[in-house]
Amino acid sequence: MNEKAGIIGYGVHVPWRRIRVEEIARVWGKDGKKIAKGLNVKEKSVAAFDEDACTLAVEAARKGLTDFEIDPKRVGAIYVGSESHPYAVNPTASIVGDAINADNEYFAVDMEFACKAGTAAMQVCYAQAIAGMIEVGLAIGTDTAQGKPNDALEFTAGSGAGAIFIGSDKKEIIAEIDATCSYTTDTPDFWRRPKAEFPEHTGRFTGKPAYFKHVLNAAKKLLEKTGMEAGDFDHAVFHQPNGKFPVKAAQALGIPLEKTEQGLITPLIGNTYSGSTPMGLCSILDKAKPKDKILAVSYGSGAGSDAFALTVTKNIEKRRARIPVLKQIEKKKYVDYAVYLKHRGKIKSL
Amino acid sequence: MKDSAPLNWRKFPERYNLRGNYCEECGTAFFPARAICPKCRRKGKLVKKDMPRTGKIYSFTKLHVAPTGFRHETPYYLAIIELENKARVLAQLVDTEGEKVKIGAKVKKMFRKMGQADKYGTITYAYKFRIVK
Amino acid sequence: MTEVVIVGAGMTKFGEHWERSFRELIAEAAIKAIGDAGIKGEQIEAIYGGCMASGRFIGQEHIGALIADQLGLNPIPSTRCEAACASGGVALRNGYLAIKSGEHDVVAVGGIEKMTEVSTEEASFALGGAGDQETELFHGATFPSLYALLARRHMHEFGTTEEQMAMVAVKNHANGMLNPNSQFHREITVQDVMKSTYVAEPIKVLDCSPITDGAAAVILCSKEKAEELGLGGIEILASEQGSDTLSLADRKSLTELRATKEAARKAYEKARISPKDVSFAEVHDCFTIAEILAIEDLGFFKKGKGGMATEKGKTTLEGEIPINLSGGLKCGHPVGATGVKQAIEAFEQLLGRAGERQIKNPQIGLAHNIGGSGATAVVSIFKKWGVGE
Repeated sequence: MNEKAGIIGYGVHVPWRRIRVEEIARVWGKDGKKIAKGLNVKEKSVAAFDEDACTLAVEAARKGLTDFEIDPKRVGAIYVGSESHPYAVNPTASIVGDAINADNEYFAVDMEFACKAGTAAMQVCYAQAIAGMIEVGLAIGTDTAQGKPNDALEFTAGSGAGAIFIGSDKKEIIAEIDATCSYTTDTPDFWRRPKAEFPEHTGRFTGKPAYFKHVLNAAKKLLEKTGMEAGDFDHAVFHQPNGKFPVKAAQALGIPLEKTEQGLITPLIGNTYSGSTPMGLCSILDKAKPKDKILAVSYGSGAGSDAFALTVTKNIEKRRARIPVLKQIEKKKYVDYAVYLKHRGKIKSL
Repeated sequence: MKDSAPLNWRKFPERYNLRGNYCEECGTAFFPARAICPKCRRKGKLVKKDMPRTGKIYSFTKLHVAPTGFRHETPYYLAIIELENKARVLAQLVDTEGEKVKIGAKVKKMFRKMGQADKYGTITYAYKFRIVK
Repeated sequence: MTEVVIVGAGMTKFGEHWERSFRELIAEAAIKAIGDAGIKGEQIEAIYGGCMASGRFIGQEHIGALIADQLGLNPIPSTRCEAACASGGVALRNGYLAIKSGEHDVVAVGGIEKMTEVSTEEASFALGGAGDQETELFHGATFPSLYALLARRHMHEFGTTEEQMAMVAVKNHANGMLNPNSQFHREITVQDVMKSTYVAEPIKVLDCSPITDGAAAVILCSKEKAEELGLGGIEILASEQGSDTLSLADRKSLTELRATKEAARKAYEKARISPKDVSFAEVHDCFTIAEILAIEDLGFFKKGKGGMATEKGKTTLEGEIPINLSGGLKCGHPVGATGVKQAIEAFEQLLGRAGERQIKNPQIGLAHNIGGSGATAVVSIFKKWGVGE
């Protein structure tokens, strides 16, 4: 058993292309400005035809390894969480493992729990790290989300990956995981059957009985467990399917809005599904200071939330990502709806 | 050709990590790996090594007419990249704008899909390069 | 060692031969050549046939056997030579060596390709096999894109322009107009080339050689045998071959083709001449940049000056070193046949039979045949010999 375990490094990768909410609305004759405002999402990232959840995962992981000087041979577990794994049967985790030059003795499995697969991966890595089973664990949340044309979710279904490295070496930990817990029920708010190209969702039902119930319950359980209060946190990140839900969740918990700003990236790149909470957390780590307390609560439809309480250590002064997430996503190129369709494989004859 | 699972698998280190080799005798790097060092021949000692992931554009072209299997990708750029260790490699350029593509531009390696033979086959991943400032 | 002469030549028109099969084309060329030589088919002792990609174009391999069979010449030995677009040149060289070594006295050399049976995309894929499958085709490279990479570098290092490359196409189309066997009989202007669609920048449609069906054949004889039979023709003073790395990324330089330089050096040495002794040359111009590279690498012009020389008209029919009087590969490029067609052009020019495109009193001709992006090169040098029939 180790005394502590936590995040020792991270990496984020977002595709280069973007499409504006207004451009999507234009095609369907909708009021784009109104929709963008209502969702608090300006534009979303568009994976190119040669990108998928695996390529994004590899890029994110590689950045983490380089920026934080982690020897890939130390990685003892690779868990990739996604709802757009390139294969229905064949692990993304092993492709990532080969691509990052890991050795062959790591635990590996792909995970799925809608948008919380990435944070579930983090929990398993944390457990194995603190138990002394592994030296370093790699948890990745990655997605190239499928947006059904002329569906509400088309405006926000984006692509991105967040890779989180977890270890127990006190000299490396930049954010200790003080506690983690989950809240899970069987709630059918959003799902996808195997041969379906696009997921189904239940409109407003995805709000109170789904997102908010699980996020708030998981958060409350965490506060109980740790004896902390909402006011103790310096930063908070919630699963961000749009730019409004996480803000509402923060309000409900009594967390001031400024504390959620650094982690709120959906307005600029859309909902990256399994990447969402991990990437938001990485953005917070870009800016966090020693002793900062961070609250991270994910949400995966079906449904469940994973909550984490973290404390930033002094090591963060020397261990930083080379380029902050918010700076990385500044490099972008806008495409129109037709080019977007071409890349996202929605043109039937291709 | 893309279909062959064993062939693809054999090439993972080359395609995922730019694994080539270099001759310890004369210090030349080879990518892809060679069976014989052309310079040293039997005296050469070849050792596996991953190539550096950054380099410069040595020459480039923009394709408008693609071969079988690449039709949906046009137009796309192909470039011969000179890596930091002087080894050269041919690859596509991605995430890159027109005027920035020129001889001497700095590039770094990305991990991307090369394609798939058909919708039920394995997915081929390999290296492509992106221009960095 | 024995001296070798070409005593007869025959070819089909180059073009899209929808109504003629592979077998019919090679038979037509061979029969014409045998007739032109003034020999009987039964006198042929061995066959060398150049063909690049019959497997991919018509699903047929074992071409050596096919040719001997179709010509009714079983059981003589018949060998297919393959070196991508240099298949014809390599077949010629092997025929030459067979006689030079003293092994045979009369040899038939042919080249054949039937490319129009497949779609353009499939043809492109088949031709791509001339490059490196694993490191070039794998990435989506096409043949034009490989030469585009060479062109870009040449433009970067020497300031060669797209207009200068266009002038190669204009010249070769003009020469092709005077060649009854040419696929194209169409004059074009520099404007036409510049306005044509980009295939792989900077190479445009009119910078490219076409997809063609065609066959060409020559009859080689030892000098002794030719004299004995009272035949005339031209002498092969040298036929040399060079190789270079298959992929462009492995080349030392992208602005010269080492295989050409090596083959040329040895050929000039064997023939005991220098570039300025050459009266005309058929060079490999699968793309216009290839001709510019060739006239430099063959020593006609200094490295980097090929574009300017073309611009100044030095390589036209009236120029100081006429290049590609046949129309070059604009005459049509049935891949395996080209190398042999080049020898036929030399044959016709040196014997004064080239009609409207005849140049005055040529003494020495040169043929330069390239495989792929330069991994193989064959350079052959010819001289007038004896009086034809």
